[in-house]
Amino acid sequence: MTELGYWTEQVKKGRISRREFMGRAAALGVSTAIATSLLSKAGIAAEPKKGGSARFGLAHGATTDTMDPAAYPDTGTQVPFWGSMSNSLTEVDAKGNITMDLCESMESADGAKKWVCKLRKGVTFHNGKDFTADDVVGSFRYHMGADSKSAAKAVLEQVADIKPDDKQTVIFELKGGNADFPYVVSDYHIPILPSENGVGDWRSGVRTGPFTLVSYEPGVRAKLKRNPNYHKPGRPYFDDVEFLTIADVTARTNALTTGEVQWISRADLKTLNLLTRNPDVAVTEVTGYGHYVFPMDVTVPPFDNVDVRTALKWALNRDDIAKKVFLGHAVVANDSPIAPSVKFAADPKPRYTYDPDKAKFHLQKAGMQNLKVNLSVADTAFNGAIDAGVLYQEHAKAAGIDINVVREPNDGYWDNVWLKKPWCADYWGGRPTCDWMFTVVYAKGAAWNETKWANPRFNDLLVIARAETDEKKRADMYAELQQLVHDDGGAVVLVFNNYVDAHSKKLAHSEIAPNWEVDGLRIAERWWFA
Amino acid sequence: MNPILKTVLQRLGLGLVTLFLVSIVIFSAVTMLPGDFATAILGQSATPETVAAFQRQIGLDRPPLLRYLFWIGGVLQGNFGESFSSAGGLGGGHARTVVSLIAPRLKNTLFLASFAALIAVPLSLVLGMLAALYRNSIFDRLVNLVTLTSISVPEFFIAYILMLFLAVRFPLFYSLASVSPETPFLERVARCALPALTLVLVIVAHMMRMTRAAIINLLASPYIETARLKGVSPGRIIFRHALPNAWAPIATVIALNLAYLIVGVVVVEVVFVYPGIGQLMVDSVSARDIPVVQACALVFAVTYIGFNLAADVVSIITNPRLLRPR
Repeated sequence: MTELGYWTEQVKKGRISRREFMGRAAALGVSTAIATSLLSKAGIAAEPKKGGSARFGLAHGATTDTMDPAAYPDTGTQVPFWGSMSNSLTEVDAKGNITMDLCESMESADGAKKWVCKLRKGVTFHNGKDFTADDVVGSFRYHMGADSKSAAKAVLEQVADIKPDDKQTVIFELKGGNADFPYVVSDYHIPILPSENGVGDWRSGVRTGPFTLVSYEPGVRAKLKRNPNYHKPGRPYFDDVEFLTIADVTARTNALTTGEVQWISRADLKTLNLLTRNPDVAVTEVTGYGHYVFPMDVTVPPFDNVDVRTALKWALNRDDIAKKVFLGHAVVANDSPIAPSVKFAADPKPRYTYDPDKAKFHLQKAGMQNLKVNLSVADTAFNGAIDAGVLYQEHAKAAGIDINVVREPNDGYWDNVWLKKPWCADYWGGRPTCDWMFTVVYAKGAAWNETKWANPRFNDLLVIARAETDEKKRADMYAELQQLVHDDGGAVVLVFNNYVDAHSKKLAHSEIAPNWEVDGLRIAERWWFA
Repeated sequence: MNPILKTVLQRLGLGLVTLFLVSIVIFSAVTMLPGDFATAILGQSATPETVAAFQRQIGLDRPPLLRYLFWIGGVLQGNFGESFSSAGGLGGGHARTVVSLIAPRLKNTLFLASFAALIAVPLSLVLGMLAALYRNSIFDRLVNLVTLTSISVPEFFIAYILMLFLAVRFPLFYSLASVSPETPFLERVARCALPALTLVLVIVAHMMRMTRAAIINLLASPYIETARLKGVSPGRIIFRHALPNAWAPIATVIALNLAYLIVGVVVVEVVFVYPGIGQLMVDSVSARDIPVVQACALVFAVTYIGFNLAADVVSIITNPRLLRPR
């Protein structure tokens, strides 16, 4: 065992202090950064410190934004209003597991059709009001019902009824069993709002979260300060935080390098190498659940033929696209929309690689010598969609497939192209569970089933897996579901995108969550000044 | 009636008619945009029911003619309506009126525009006169070279160059101009320095060249020749004899550039993260927030019509011949 290894073991066992270890490491000529990373590998992160005012530069935010959780279109609202000011019943941690937040426990009964939530005691809203079961009911009801305009309406369709049992207990009755329901209630659209007479009130900006609202100018900035009565012990670390909308990536980079902000989202990939040369700046990169996809409408010829679909899947060089369009900041996908970090993710075989011969083989099986198809793209679908389409066109030529890349206007793309043209480009932010992703996009009859795929085995199994509570059986079922999408589905999934952010080395953090960008949207609660 | 007053009133009346026509153009253009607020806000999450619920609430289900009459009727009474982003459930108690959205932004824009104009207008007049006085000298060529270069490169490029040298390499100024209503005046000036400088570089060439050309043009006329022959100094010739007759074209160009400072600086706003009205309009167009778009467009139209009117009045006052067109 090396001397460094010895001291690492010692600190792990708690025989020497963290500070002592840093001293020993320095004596051995090990830099502080390496020593810290050794510590974090040993499960001992640098202890968070309290205090300081942090400023964050977000890529999103528009003057039309509001505090209404029915919308929260992007990080410009999600990060300040949900991630910093609010809590949901549950929370997804950095490992992708569900943890309790405003709930103390969630127990299922009746084949996961009934969920009993015990609420955390002693939680208060920013205005001092006690948090009770009524608030939970009001917050959920706000998104439900015929008149709701909420983006969470579709996810909450499954809820038949929600009612308070006593002051600290809420009971959810679902229309069908769902073992993943604790994940559903972690959604950023469903923060817990103070409620009166069963109606959640979002307008006051009063929530339960780590920070309270100071001022908000839509599309410009949100200023928040620490909530002294926050229910998570020790948190948050910052005294106050400010989120600035800086849409222009160059302005964002300059804001970071000139010290106007300490953190920026979506660093410029093209100049990332230059940025990393700056000794005061660190870059973080996490592979999220989000993915870029070319969905085919499987009810329209020629995509109704599974061999045509398979031929198209073999005719794409995903590595080339990851390298050229996303400059290496993406992980190649395998035509299943489940990211490797999601629970129950499987890796269906065979992995689709670039193989024009196999593509030709499947084309012949479909009774065709060559194929001509249109692919509709626009950069609204995702940044780089047009480039990816043109590269795909080149790749597919070798297999005798002529892809005609149609450049659609950005304006009205979601109205006129997506779900209308037989083959187009699309982006999914990803969902934290297999069931959620499949139910929203791949199940028969789902509003966003962009491939109009209706595989009977898939749809039967999806419902069975949802209500299954045995982990082992669920894992097998989800593996089969992913295999089915991979083999038979109509989606060409290109890559899972990385969240590439940059921050001043004055900030410190522990493991970064992959479920949403900006450290699971909760950067203000999770980061601190080093 | 005073002939000047009469002309001004006439122009004002014509301006109002133009505004009315512009309002029709704005409304039709906005109505013809594909997509609407509901789908723009909901994006992928737009299901037919949510979209329908939205449209009912913001009144998009009514026929366009009715919506236009409703809108223009409100505007005539000084009521620009509410932003769609505050309509019904989305804004509820916090009514977000169009005025409350536009007013602070417009104030910011006017601040930046005046800041830039206060530097740019005197600077270009002086430079133009000096260039005319010493035409074809090294000075003249240098001024032309610099101003033409700065107008020939896109404004975001000037902005980035200024930011690189004056904020990043040599941290003299702020790289972000993110002011808020509470920002004290001096900090506001300091934060706006780089965007104002950018705008100055963009507009100086046009005004300076026009001043120079107008004066040089006059310097060839017989009455200047006479003045020169009787021994008046060159500075006095330009200031006393040439400039008063050159005001008309100069005023027109200044008016155009001032209008540009108010309506056309969205790129500079984005680069410096300045909360001006241009950014508001772009956001509102992409979100299809029609009441805000229409109000912004009206503000811009009023700006252009107003500055043109002012330029006309200046021309008329400095050249009484225009009062009696033959």
